[in-house]
Amino acid sequence: MFNLIPEYLLVILAGVVAGSVTRVILLRIDYRQYPGYPHGYLGHLFLGFIASALGAVAIPAIMEPDFAAATFLALAAQQFREIRNIERRTLESLERTELVRRGLDYIEGIARTFEARNYLVMGTAFVTSLAAQFGGPAAAFAVAIVAVLFSMYFMSGQVVGSICDVVPARLSFQGAVMMVDEIGIMNVGIKEMREKILRDGLAVKLKPRDGNARATIHDIGQRNAIAFTAAVVLGTKKDVDIPEFTPMARKNPDTGEVGLYIMPVEQDMEQLIAAVKLTPVLESARSKPLQAGVSIKEVKKQVNPHE
Amino acid sequence: MNEQSVGTILAIVTLQMNMVGGGAPIFFARDEEEQQKVADYLSRILDATAHDLGNGSLILVMH
Repeated sequence: MFNLIPEYLLVILAGVVAGSVTRVILLRIDYRQYPGYPHGYLGHLFLGFIASALGAVAIPAIMEPDFAAATFLALAAQQFREIRNIERRTLESLERTELVRRGLDYIEGIARTFEARNYLVMGTAFVTSLAAQFGGPAAAFAVAIVAVLFSMYFMSGQVVGSICDVVPARLSFQGAVMMVDEIGIMNVGIKEMREKILRDGLAVKLKPRDGNARATIHDIGQRNAIAFTAAVVLGTKKDVDIPEFTPMARKNPDTGEVGLYIMPVEQDMEQLIAAVKLTPVLESARSKPLQAGVSIKEVKKQVNPHE
Repeated sequence: MNEQSVGTILAIVTLQMNMVGGGAPIFFARDEEEQQKVADYLSRILDATAHDLGNGSLILVMH
């Protein structure tokens, strides 16, 4: 009996360490999703620690065997769903005073990501402790590294730059309508504003590479997220009483190209392009109509059997 | 971000006295310069966006 305790201690410790490390790494990768808020970091690190502890004790619980303890994992899943709610609520309440809004889609995406990360942490802790139990410390180390790499790959996701070309565009006015190349953005009634926009504004155009990308940036939530990221990176001259300076992304209805206009604090086109490219593709916006070909053919056959 | 297309017309600043009417407060301006100035002030006061209708009227819209 006395022999067992240090053995399990090693198993659990291996799992907890691997899980916690995963959480720290994931926290670092996605700084864009959650800028600032140090207290949030602490909360998430601690929850990550708990998640990894839960994942790590599963193996000793089964070995013992204490299956009742293993069922506690189900309880943990419930707990982590709560994280999603907490995240959503926090961001939604901050949203009200945000000058440039994230948008509900972005918030939902962030909340979902935070929940998923804890499952990854739990999984990492589980497989690491599994390896520690049956393969010893060396195996645990190897498995932990693989699991961390897997988590990093899994959580990195697509960015706008991988589905669209982002090119500089020209701001101009057609009468009162502000144009980004050929895309009409908004009607600006005050002449002084028009002059200021022409002087200080920046614009880029997003050219979708295929139909899937076009459908993705067609999504309002996705465009909102792009405008938000651009405003975070470059700053914005917008204030409560200058709604004209709100960064805005509108599409060309014929080509599906999207024009983005922003009044940045830093007038740096390279930065703007980088910010747009770095915006994550939101899970709720991602769609793949091109891959629908096979199932659509089936329906066509049913509708028109003689074709 | 005002991505929603819904907006409320809060005020109208016009040069064409006989072309406007209805629910929103209407401000008459003597010339374009005055119209621009009034619209600018109103947009700051109301946190609204001024839009040009192209027919001598500016509307202030809350998005």
